[in-house]
Amino acid sequence: MSPLAISIADLHFRYDGRAAALFDNLSLEIPPGSVTAVLGPNGAGKSTLLHLILGLLTPTQGDVQLGGRPRRSYSRREVGKLVGLVAQEEAIPFNFTVQEYVLLGRAPHLDLLATPRPTDLAIARQALARVGAADMAGRSIQTLSGGERQLVLLARVIAQAPRILLLDEPTAHLDLGNKERVLGLVREMVAEGVTALFTTHEPDLAAALADAVVLVRDGKIIAAGALNAVFTSENLSQTYGIPVHVYQVEGRHITLTASF
Amino acid sequence: MPTTHRYRRRVLWGLAALLLLTVGGAVFSGRYPAPFWMSPRLLLEDPLARQIVLNLRLPRILAALLLGMTLAGAGTVFQMIFHNPLVEPGFLGVSQGAAFGAALSIVAWNAAGPGIQLSAAVCGFAGLLLSGSLARRIRYGGWTLRLVLAGIAVSALFSAGVGILKYVADPLTQLPELVFWILGALWSISWPKALSILPVTLAALGFLLLMRWRLNLLALDDATAFSLGAAPARERMALLVAAVAATAAVVSISGVVGWIGLITPHLARRLLGADAQTALPGALLIGGAFAVFCDTLARTMLPGEIPLGILASLIGATVFIALMIFQPNIKDAR
Repeated sequence: MSPLAISIADLHFRYDGRAAALFDNLSLEIPPGSVTAVLGPNGAGKSTLLHLILGLLTPTQGDVQLGGRPRRSYSRREVGKLVGLVAQEEAIPFNFTVQEYVLLGRAPHLDLLATPRPTDLAIARQALARVGAADMAGRSIQTLSGGERQLVLLARVIAQAPRILLLDEPTAHLDLGNKERVLGLVREMVAEGVTALFTTHEPDLAAALADAVVLVRDGKIIAAGALNAVFTSENLSQTYGIPVHVYQVEGRHITLTASF
Repeated sequence: MPTTHRYRRRVLWGLAALLLLTVGGAVFSGRYPAPFWMSPRLLLEDPLARQIVLNLRLPRILAALLLGMTLAGAGTVFQMIFHNPLVEPGFLGVSQGAAFGAALSIVAWNAAGPGIQLSAAVCGFAGLLLSGSLARRIRYGGWTLRLVLAGIAVSALFSAGVGILKYVADPLTQLPELVFWILGALWSISWPKALSILPVTLAALGFLLLMRWRLNLLALDDATAFSLGAAPARERMALLVAAVAATAAVVSISGVVGWIGLITPHLARRLLGADAQTALPGALLIGGAFAVFCDTLARTMLPGEIPLGILASLIGATVFIALMIFQPNIKDAR
């Protein structure tokens, strides 16, 4: 599986009912097979950026290219096969079992009126085993802890087998152990040829996982590029509007602010 | 929580058997030749008994079956696509619109039979269209919330209209028919009436059954459903149109019958789990059996007819209360 690049050129986007555009002339290149972190303060447009790449939101001008082809030229089902999303705080209103939920990841690989085949069930079970949740298959999804739930969401996206993975704050509310498990799984998927893009409020997490970083503030890209070039005190201070200090300790980036 | 495939299949077969038993019992229940039960032998010996079963009970049983299945199927679809286990097919102004249409035709044109049916179906759909266009104009909240708010407002308007029509109806000729229609009943069902709704309801139920696994996907939030290749708004609208068309069709011959569309999806999920692959067929079987059972009671218990809507509400609400009381965790009732 060869990884896909994401290219955004001269994109404009404005929410309905808002006078000002959130993104104006946004251009961005996400290299194929990379892990890119999107960092920025609340309301900067991080989730909106993911939704524009997915196609859930439509740019008012410009387009997103996936693997060198305009996203609009793909059918809904093709995008479903290419791009997986782990949304921020996904609401699951009914009491599905874990296996039923993970099986939904196979939807883009099935016709509109089809029901899952035995091969889909096998893939869903493999995905559950891969995240270490095989024993949860029969449990109700509403009884899971936050960490277990996030692993199951990842299992659903693993069953989907996308080539681009979008994660909206994938480690929010997770303890250290679960955070490590989630990050390990994302790394594994990238090693298998997936291009990953994730939003986070934790600069240190971005530095630990990402090859590239995009810093956003008020819909403007403050800096974007390789981690070492972009992850600087100056850029982060400008992004968050407060003094942020970046230190290199034994090859890792660590950030400190005045209080933390 | 039941999970195994074999368990679910067994429950579905059990429900199918229950439905068959209910239908069989309904054929031989009634007030002829004596209250409650008719010997099957009488079908061979008594031409009047044969006439009653063939021309009165069977079309009525068919209508009750279609009514129950449609309300249950539509209820399951509504609850899943609106992510809300407390909605039922009547919401979005369909039931109140149909009630208003029937009341208007009775009071304004002294309509009967097909006239009432047509007016109810047209106004039921008008209720949906009004709710939809109002929801599009509301400037805040997600699509689901806007539809729910619009449905409540449109239902209230139609309900007020029904109130006005009740107030001005002739108390001796029009009001009894109007009240009986609003309370829901199948006493006037004949073969032509029952068969008139058959194509729409069968087509709609067939479509819902074909989309049963997809329904799980559409029960997820928009972003996730979209990321899994669905076109949530378009697919939900297709399901909604099928569910509402069938609901408007059955309501046009039965009047407003509440609770079946609310309670049967809950029962089905309790028995079979949330996966609509089995919960939807389960709800259809329970809904069909429930409506046939209630209608059989409605025409058997007293010399006169008890409106079906009253019995369905009475039994449905009792079951609902029992479900809530014997459920330690509300989440599991979904």
